[in-house]
Amino acid sequence: MRRVLERRAQLNDAIRRFFRDRGFLEVDTPVVLPANAPEANIDAIPAGSGWLRTSPELAMKRLLAAGFEKIFQLGPVARAGEHGRWHHPEFSLLEWYRSGAGYLEILADAKALLSFLAGELRGATDFTWQGRPVSFAQELWERQSVSQAFIQHAGWDPALKFDPDRFDLDLVTRVEPALPPGHPVVLIDYPAPLAALARRKPDDPLRAERWELYLGGVELANAYSELNGPAEQRARFEEANTCRHRRGAEPYPLDETFLAALAQMPPSGGIALGVDRLLMILADADSLDAVLPFRHG
Amino acid sequence: MSYTAADLRKGLKIELEGIPYEVTEFEFVKPGKGQAMYKCRIKNMLLGTTMDKTFRAVDKIDQPNIESKTMAFSYKEGDKYVFMDNKTYEQVELHENVVGDQRFFLLEDLECEVLFFNHRAMTVTLPAFVIKEIKETEPGARGNTATNVLKPAKIDTGYEIGVPIFINVGDFIRIDTRTGKYVERVKQG
Repeated sequence: MRRVLERRAQLNDAIRRFFRDRGFLEVDTPVVLPANAPEANIDAIPAGSGWLRTSPELAMKRLLAAGFEKIFQLGPVARAGEHGRWHHPEFSLLEWYRSGAGYLEILADAKALLSFLAGELRGATDFTWQGRPVSFAQELWERQSVSQAFIQHAGWDPALKFDPDRFDLDLVTRVEPALPPGHPVVLIDYPAPLAALARRKPDDPLRAERWELYLGGVELANAYSELNGPAEQRARFEEANTCRHRRGAEPYPLDETFLAALAQMPPSGGIALGVDRLLMILADADSLDAVLPFRHG
Repeated sequence: MSYTAADLRKGLKIELEGIPYEVTEFEFVKPGKGQAMYKCRIKNMLLGTTMDKTFRAVDKIDQPNIESKTMAFSYKEGDKYVFMDNKTYEQVELHENVVGDQRFFLLEDLECEVLFFNHRAMTVTLPAFVIKEIKETEPGARGNTATNVLKPAKIDTGYEIGVPIFINVGDFIRIDTRTGKYVERVKQG
């Protein structure tokens, strides 16, 4: 228990130093919200007249719209019903945003961050996780397009003809298990219907500028070139609510303050990284539970 | 009747395409933006084979009509084994292939668990231990009580079993029906 708390404090401290040294401002935004970003498959936990945040994304984008250029936040989020080996209903999320940048600048940040953190917590970019060698060395990061990974491991290109059910099933049963386990793998350029809050690629409307980071089959982070068109964002929120309705989940209200501010947001890149999962790897733990001293039943 | 994927847990019995399965392993998975899914390993209750199956949270899963009854072994006819419910006198037949190696350990009136799927008897499970009489073996060496040296012996069904040197024809032994191995000598009668 003491060891876990110390490791976590050490990781949080290293993350803050990394961003402060690069001129990022640490921000704290509200935990109880009148509205989250509606997402087809993410359910919020009700709190008072609103909900606990599922992500600090909307508030941080309002700060980008207000002129902040480099911001980060490290804090708790909550998602209803998510409990398993890699899931816990309440977890620690790191988000950072850069204005005047896109998802590739964020990728460069992520590479620098993870190699820095491995050095701080493990003394080197190469270490072992549960007996297996793992490397966060920047030159070993591997990039695969989502289309390429799906064609290779599942035999179809989801960007050409999207099927959400088949995508999710093939992702967890075919693609994720086939990813190389020993170094970071970036799945990049998602089918446009999975863009969520990402902008479409300017030269390829079938794909969105989004990437996800995997290590050893564990998803660690999700990054976007952020969508900054209020009309398209509203349409995507409504589409997400339609998906929610179809699966029997309640639709969520739209955050009008956010949508109004989005018109002022410059082109930006942003990312959300699961800190507990990263801690699990850096602390050589086999499950999320092992690094969560206070667990939900 | 049906389950939703949220009901899945180890040991749950489900039906897929007309075949009953038991969930032997399961794991909650959810890609960040994707739907919740349950990665399961399931065991075919008729054949004993296992396979991987991933269910989505929205999937409806059939509940198999399965019941288990205690029935006594009655008699064998050709390659059929007949079991009877001693209260209702209901009889069911199971083919030799289904009974498998357990057939060597059946005794008249032995109470077994018969599993019914859609009211049809599908499998039978014997008690973990049965007592059988030795019908054939070389004479025992008196005084040799070692249990780690085995010699071949036969029981009434012709099943060959390794027994300690001191066992004689007419002795009764306890057999583990799951492994088919000798456990101990028992005093009978």
